[in-house]
Amino acid sequence: MSAIFRLKERIETLFPHFELSVSLAVGELTLELPRKHLKKLALSLRDEPEFKFELLVDVCGVDYLSYGVSEWETDSTTTTGFERGVVSGLKEQPPEFKEKARFAVVYHLLSIAHNHRLRLRVFVDQAVDEATPIVDSVVDIWPSANWFEREAFDLFGILFEGHPDLRRILTDYGFIGHPFRKDFPLSGHVEMRYDAALGRVVYEPVDIEPRVLVPKVIRQDNRYRKPIDPPPPEQGDQHA
Amino acid sequence: MPDIRNYTLNFGPQHPAAHGVLRLILELDGEVIQRADPHVGLLHRATEKLAETKPYNQSIGYMDRLDYVSMMCNEHGYVLAIEKLLGITPPQRALYIRTLFDEITRILNHLLWLAGHAIDIGAMTVFLYCFREREDLMDCYEAVSGARMHATYYRPGGVYRDLPGKMPKHVNSRVRSRKEVVSLNAAREGSLLDFIEDFARRFPTLVDEYETLLTDNRIWKQRTVGIGVVSPERAKALSFTGPMLRGSGVEWDLRKKQPYAMYDRVDFDIPVGVNGDCYDRYLVRIEEMRQSNRIIKQCVEWLRKNPGPVILDDHKIAPPTRVEMKEDMEALIHHFKLFTEGYCLPEGEAYAAIEHPKGEFGVYLVSDGANKPYRLKIRPAGFAHLAALDEMCRGHMIADVVAILSSQDIVFGEIDR
Repeated sequence: MSAIFRLKERIETLFPHFELSVSLAVGELTLELPRKHLKKLALSLRDEPEFKFELLVDVCGVDYLSYGVSEWETDSTTTTGFERGVVSGLKEQPPEFKEKARFAVVYHLLSIAHNHRLRLRVFVDQAVDEATPIVDSVVDIWPSANWFEREAFDLFGILFEGHPDLRRILTDYGFIGHPFRKDFPLSGHVEMRYDAALGRVVYEPVDIEPRVLVPKVIRQDNRYRKPIDPPPPEQGDQHA
Repeated sequence: MPDIRNYTLNFGPQHPAAHGVLRLILELDGEVIQRADPHVGLLHRATEKLAETKPYNQSIGYMDRLDYVSMMCNEHGYVLAIEKLLGITPPQRALYIRTLFDEITRILNHLLWLAGHAIDIGAMTVFLYCFREREDLMDCYEAVSGARMHATYYRPGGVYRDLPGKMPKHVNSRVRSRKEVVSLNAAREGSLLDFIEDFARRFPTLVDEYETLLTDNRIWKQRTVGIGVVSPERAKALSFTGPMLRGSGVEWDLRKKQPYAMYDRVDFDIPVGVNGDCYDRYLVRIEEMRQSNRIIKQCVEWLRKNPGPVILDDHKIAPPTRVEMKEDMEALIHHFKLFTEGYCLPEGEAYAAIEHPKGEFGVYLVSDGANKPYRLKIRPAGFAHLAALDEMCRGHMIADVVAILSSQDIVFGEIDR
């Protein structure tokens, strides 16, 4: 476990100019950085002998649109009765979550030489307008990013600048929209069926209403309340 | 002189060698592949999005359906991520059971892979042999969870129940003679552990049997040696993991390097290939089956000697027993709350990776403190492997595509999610 503290320290001392925000939780190191530094940092993480993150394990998009929003108030449980079927609607987000950009791209790196893992998170610019977030592609640094970035583009609509072949990958041919965005309904927008009269498959708007069977509840659980003093470094060992 | 042009061939999605629903657009120059463009997503079910709308425990069943030939390993990855965020460790017996079933699953997966790989290349017998052994292992699944494939056996905090004291037996039927039933039931007289022990005793001979059919077979070698070669550097750059990476000669196994469950307490070796071709990947997987068998034996021995709880006694996470619920009001409330509302995870994120039979299976979980995952990202091993298919196939003959594809051990449930 001390290895990860050493890694954290080395990263903090070596890259002060990259505006990193370094955090260590459940034995995992996370770097948050602005988009403009991503490629430079990625290159040095891959090539410098003390990091050697030669394997890009995963790239994924995250949509923080409804982060921290619960669908059901738990404070007034006893007064309002028990209602399980909740109509899902995006509520107002608590102000502490609103500061950052909506989309993030998360990279998981692995160093086989040193047996390290690292997570990078880049909050993406929404340059053109709100709907088209852009981030730099890392395909030329890790070739395996190709399909992972295509997937993030397909599901979240995040554009990767410099990607050689940014096509949809998982959704159907001719699909419209980016299904993993939080404002895309679970049931989708269109349904398809075989039309005997026309002799082909037709697309129609969905006729089911999206609803929530088990509401999302955010509870204060005393067991997980953050301690007032930061825990001593040995605390991390139990999660190793 | 006729005009010869490049030819585009559509392979799949209904081709038997497409391992489910792969659609491959091949650009050919004569019989030589110029470019292979896999079209995936025909089995996309948005598992990750579905999981965002359900309490944590209700998504364990979805994990089985990701890579539907190594069910419990998928569950393990998911459950591990939840446990990491909750900061809990299951009882030791549960960890040994998980290790045991992870290895049973690995053999299940490798047997299906071997069966498919062999039949793709043209060896029919191996297919039948492998399915014979898979049957026994699926009976283990059934004995422990009630389901032959989609077990939902691993739970946050342990496993759902302890290993049963007796095996279900075959009964007389019109399709089986009495003599056959007696011989089938011979190993099933004792407990599940007796049955597994009997299997582990027989299995090395059975692997030898597959090897006599393939390893020195001239046709097998002609079809696999020197096909789809990947150098170790390239394998790392392409994010290969598991047998694909080890086949290229990189000694990397999460069970050894970043041990989880009880892998640091059991003794086993990591096989490594030399040339990085289809034949080496075949040898690596065959040896992995033998090593898994070794681990199974050690787990059975430990489990025999050490009875104990198999799930945590924290009723905020694990349900109380039926007996408790009959007598204790609080247990009944816990049960109701657990199965309707679920439990909340502390805010944060965790990435849990396990050595899945196909490679590194990772689960990235983002929690905003609710009873459902805020974002669940599954890192399938096969996704990166299939992405490299184009590079591995270029310059090979069209018949080699099938050999390379099946040597990657592709399952679409996991790639498309």
